Amino acid sequence: MKNFLAFVASMGLGVMIILSLTSNEFFPEFGSADVSSRVSQGYIDRDVTEANVGVEFGVSENLESGPANIVTAIVADYRSFDTLGEVTVLFVSSLGVALLLGTAVQGRIKLDFRPNFMLKVGSRALFGIILMTGVFIIIHGHLTPGGGFPGGTMIASSILLLYLADDQFRTKVTSFKVLESFAGSLYVLIGIAGLFIADYFLVNFLDNGVLGELFSAGIVPIIYVLIGLKVGSEISGIIDNFLTEEVA
Amino acid sequence: MIQFAAIILMMLGLYGLLTQRNVIKIIISLNVLEIGLNLFIISVGYVDGGIAPIFTGVASTNAVNFVDPLPQALVLTAIVIGVGTTALGLALAKNIYQKYGTFELDEMGEE
Repeated sequence: MKNFLAFVASMGLGVMIILSLTSNEFFPEFGSADVSSRVSQGYIDRDVTEANVGVEFGVSENLESGPANIVTAIVADYRSFDTLGEVTVLFVSSLGVALLLGTAVQGRIKLDFRPNFMLKVGSRALFGIILMTGVFIIIHGHLTPGGGFPGGTMIASSILLLYLADDQFRTKVTSFKVLESFAGSLYVLIGIAGLFIADYFLVNFLDNGVLGELFSAGIVPIIYVLIGLKVGSEISGIIDNFLTEEVA
Repeated sequence: MIQFAAIILMMLGLYGLLTQRNVIKIIISLNVLEIGLNLFIISVGYVDGGIAPIFTGVASTNAVNFVDPLPQALVLTAIVIGVGTTALGLALAKNIYQKYGTFELDEMGEE
């Protein structure tokens, strides 16, 4: 009976949403969204506050926002304050996990299998490759798909590989905590520096350079590297919390 | 029309949230709900024949037919927060299991 009621409720809600969307003239058909009439056109043309001067890859200099990746331009430049809040949410959740699972004296959880020599050596060889791919993705976040969040998660996945392949392995948890606090504080400090150098918080006060070069886009790559370090160390800390237990 | 499949996925997650009595299944339902929502937001910005919103040597000017970058940026935010809430929920589930020895909400509080 209860399942039936839940079924009716969710079906009713779904039908209501679909009907209201199909009869809404402002809701676009799939594939026929008109980007030029939306806010996003300003992000693509880089004319949110300045006049449109035309954007060309490898030619345009000192645009309003420097990254060639438009999503990065939104995440780390136009909406950078929002990203600061998001990083804070991730920090609070990793803090909550540490509070719920943390104990005074911690040791590795007992696994049901004993990793052999080949697994240990192979995972250590793979570890470097995965770590370097993550670092590459973080550093090229303003030019190619990816950025701080996917790259940081990739770094954490390389740590997870080491944890799973070696039943004695533990990272230096304190150094991760130091790295995390360092990256987070530096993000806020860069924002406050913008407050003093220019007029507002997290303003891009460095030279934007030529669109599409590695050393371009001002503070955006710096901020994305900091976000990558912070996300990587936070998720590594969560992994450590889940794979350790109290030692009797 | 295909974006209504994302709505169906959301409703599937909601149904799971309402009916399941297992902590792990509740967390999985929450994730299904979240993935449906993310897919829907992404689909709102899709343009036929559009390319990924990145300036490259091929798509070099702002006159190129890009898909809408704003929903993608918003979903990037939502995914990260989803990871955080899932980790927190799983930590709670682990604590519940250590205290009661079960994931079923109905079997708790009997000892």
